[in-house]
Amino acid sequence: MNVLKNLYYTEDHEWLKVNGNEAYVGITDFAQEQLGDIVYVELPEVDDELDKDDVFSAIESVKAASDIYMPVDGKILEVNEELLDAPELINTDAYENWIVKIELTDEAQLEELLTSEEYEEFIAEEE
Amino acid sequence: MAEYDKLIFEISKPGKQGYRLPPLDVEDIDIEKFIPEEFLNKEDLNLPEVSEFDVIRHYTNLSDKNHGLDAGFYPLGSCTMKYNPKINEDMARLSGFANVHPLQSEDCIQGSLQLMYELDKALCEIAGMDKMSLQPAAGAHGELTGLMLIRAYHEKRGDTKRTKIIVPDSAHGTNPATASMAGYKAVEVKSTEKGLVDVESLKKVIGDGDDIAGLMLTNPNTLGLFEKDIAEIARLVHDAGGLLYYDGANANAILGHARPGDMGFDVVHFNIHKTFSTPHGGGGPGSGPVGVKKILEEFLPTPTVEKDGNRYFLDYDYPNSIGKVKDYYGHFGILVRAYTYILTMGRDGLKKVSETAVLNANYLLSQLKDDYYLPIDSLYKHEFVLGGLKGELLEATTLDVAKRLLDFGFHPPTVYFPLIIREALMIEPTETESKATLDEFADAMKQIAEEARTNVKMLKEAPHDTIVRRPDEVKAARNPVLKYEG
Amino acid sequence: MFPYIGNTPDDEQKMLEAIGLDSIDELFDDIPKEVAFNRDFNLDLSKSELEVRAYLTEMANKNCSLDDLTCFLGAGAYDHYIPSIVNHIISRSEFYTSYTPYQPEISQGTLQYLFEYQTLICNLTGMDVSNASLYDGGTAIAEAALMAAAVTRKKEIIISKTVRPESREILKTYAHIQDLRVIEVDMKDGVTDLEKLDSLVNDDTATVIIQSPNFFGIIEDIEETAKITHKVKKTALITSVDPISLGILKRPGDLGADIVVGEGQSMGIPLSFGGPYLGFIATSKDYMRKLPGRIVGQTEDLDGKRSFVLTLTAREQHIRREKATSNICSNQGLNTLAATVYMVTLGKEGLREVALQSTKKAHYALEKLTESGKYKKVFDKPFFKEFVVTSDTSPDKITSELRNENIIGGYDLGKDYPQYENAVLYAVTEKRTKAEIDKLSSVLEGI
Repeated sequence: MNVLKNLYYTEDHEWLKVNGNEAYVGITDFAQEQLGDIVYVELPEVDDELDKDDVFSAIESVKAASDIYMPVDGKILEVNEELLDAPELINTDAYENWIVKIELTDEAQLEELLTSEEYEEFIAEEE
Repeated sequence: MAEYDKLIFEISKPGKQGYRLPPLDVEDIDIEKFIPEEFLNKEDLNLPEVSEFDVIRHYTNLSDKNHGLDAGFYPLGSCTMKYNPKINEDMARLSGFANVHPLQSEDCIQGSLQLMYELDKALCEIAGMDKMSLQPAAGAHGELTGLMLIRAYHEKRGDTKRTKIIVPDSAHGTNPATASMAGYKAVEVKSTEKGLVDVESLKKVIGDGDDIAGLMLTNPNTLGLFEKDIAEIARLVHDAGGLLYYDGANANAILGHARPGDMGFDVVHFNIHKTFSTPHGGGGPGSGPVGVKKILEEFLPTPTVEKDGNRYFLDYDYPNSIGKVKDYYGHFGILVRAYTYILTMGRDGLKKVSETAVLNANYLLSQLKDDYYLPIDSLYKHEFVLGGLKGELLEATTLDVAKRLLDFGFHPPTVYFPLIIREALMIEPTETESKATLDEFADAMKQIAEEARTNVKMLKEAPHDTIVRRPDEVKAARNPVLKYEG
Repeated sequence: MFPYIGNTPDDEQKMLEAIGLDSIDELFDDIPKEVAFNRDFNLDLSKSELEVRAYLTEMANKNCSLDDLTCFLGAGAYDHYIPSIVNHIISRSEFYTSYTPYQPEISQGTLQYLFEYQTLICNLTGMDVSNASLYDGGTAIAEAALMAAAVTRKKEIIISKTVRPESREILKTYAHIQDLRVIEVDMKDGVTDLEKLDSLVNDDTATVIIQSPNFFGIIEDIEETAKITHKVKKTALITSVDPISLGILKRPGDLGADIVVGEGQSMGIPLSFGGPYLGFIATSKDYMRKLPGRIVGQTEDLDGKRSFVLTLTAREQHIRREKATSNICSNQGLNTLAATVYMVTLGKEGLREVALQSTKKAHYALEKLTESGKYKKVFDKPFFKEFVVTSDTSPDKITSELRNENIIGGYDLGKDYPQYENAVLYAVTEKRTKAEIDKLSSVLEGI
């Protein structure tokens, strides 16, 4: 199971790649493997302002469906429209294929997220 | 023989007609005299043009691509695929039942009302309840109606803090889905290692209880196990001020041996198409009557059927009713079939039904447990759940077993449900199958287990003999093609 | 002893031995005494087929069958002709003794007819996507409204008072549990008052619901209603239609409807005292992944062969559980097949002809009934196969007088619309003959 260094993680299996007060958000390799063949990714609208734990996307596979929650408060800056036509990209590379790019409302919230080491421990327990 | 692979649209040919009407016998006035042009469709209808015989041949060929219960064993767990008696079909098609408009005046519908009245009484007796509503269209619809009744009960008492419905982790997906649809939050209660509701966990979920609206339970549960602690569970929920909902999906197991009403349930639904032998029809129509204890009667959907002397009538006088949940009075045609079945089986036959269903399930289990993993070794009711093939290192999955069964002419069991059992194979033989059929099925399952050990390719590539093989569900969902585009 | 049970006493003995039990009773040892049922049901003993048939036939004969009467009653359920072929096809046990097509390899028959049904409904309504059916026309409106509320995340539903009263009742029951508000918009001369509608639609409006032809048989202005609805971003127009009317009327999808629903009973399904019928729902691609119920899709199998499967299942309760679009599991299976066979058998010309004849006969009937002036038409609007007339005679008296002449009369509108006391809604299908209409008229004249 691939867990990249230098990203933030959540217990809902999302990753954040932070750059200043912006961040890309996606789901982890562990999550895509659990879901299996992904068939659809629902995307939010640009400019939506969402709170931590709000649902911003849903990912569907043939056998499962999973809501994706905001890891922190933020505003949607961009959505990865490529996923609409090719949701399987997440199966191919879950870290390369982000779902949304957000503007962080409160950078302090990042401290509540998991480090890569903590996330690795977390999924080891889940398995 | 060449395989039939056409869609009805592909055999359409301009100028063909499958139906003719008598000539119009009133004056033939141009339609535009009646209806303004702006409302009229000037285009040709996009419907096929085929002869009547084309239609018959097409759908006869399609029927050949289906496995029906009449042709072979169908041990689909939780679905109670029992024989659908032919007389049921004939009775539903009697002109006096089939050709009656729902809004005819009361003197013209006494037969229909009598049937519904008698069925109501019979189902109450079987369930141990006080009054039924025959309106709900299916099990899921019965569940929704039941939770609406529970909600109405709390609302009338001004008890609006109750926002949670407790559902076991082994429950069918409709239970939590229904709870949400009814405006509740579904909270899960864990099962014990023995597959039963964990009473200690239930106590924790209930807590101080003032936010619990009720609990939904199937008994026997989806594993096929009787919830022995049901009386205690009922006490706990009632003491907290909640009500108990009985999901009747598995009622076939207990006919004449236990009644939900006696177990402490306040509201129940029956799946008529399971327990009472009406056809599953490729997915419906079903019927899901709901029965209630006295405390919930005032909230029932209107109308109910009542009797005054020798006259039957529709009773709309329920000021506290939840309202209507369904057009007219329910799936009357299905109710006719169910009542036919109840009359045919009688009190002795219904008891024999559950006894044979349980005997068949436990016998079949005894034949399979050498080769398949049995997560919970226990006496089962009408169905049981296996955890896939025995042998940790085997490559073959439950899906492979299911697909290989197709080659033997059997419908596979329900697979990957309930969710709490890995590689689940949920098997419900029903009472209408004989020992001979169960033995044939067990032989096939044993042969498949042997193949898994010695020739796993046989399973991995299965099915071999069906007209199509493992259609690609991922492709279907990624690029949905939901209609014929020509 | 019981014809539906296949084990002999000898089989039972052998099976008990294999399980390791001595008696059948032991199979129920896990039911605690305090909840066990220890008496016989208070029901009759089992009966032979001959006895059951006699008992139920006598009961059925207490009803008045439309085989013996002439029916001018509609109000949502209609006496259209059902070609013989329909019952023959749905009576094939390969269709009616199978269940939901979970195993596509041995369910291609069911899956393909559902795919054909979805195509036919889309073609008829002018929409992109249809599901494999819902319970009935009334619950289809409720499911559509809940879907629109979920998609728009808005709380208000506006429905016209010209929508069938029972559908509105069902909608209110469903809306209540989800804390949605239902607002009824008034009517004017038998159609939705569009000025009032215009003043009601606001940012909280999830959906506007109309029916056309409406409960009085009158054709509503779907196009104008769509314009008013779409003033607000995302608000959806739900249109309930009589599928037979689409033999001649413009498709709601071409007029701006976002969701089209309706009752499919008219298409090959017996009246059967109110059910089981067939609810249909079709919508645009935007709502595809929020549709309730089963959906069939086309795909390929391992050998590249065209095949069909249940698809977009991530919407459904067995995967999404408490987050599912709806709790619905089943569809109307066999009735879906009946409607499919009806649509293809009638085909391009037949369905149009049924719609045309129904319209022309209904207009003849209105003219005939109102000829003498004793009965007056209530609305002066274009209608399809139903119309309303009023008189000084009470509807109850009319019903019983007609009944004496073996005619099932129309629907007493005053029950639902107090302002139309003494008004009766008549339905005329293609089955009615000129002679029957003339007789109706002459009996009415004689009252």
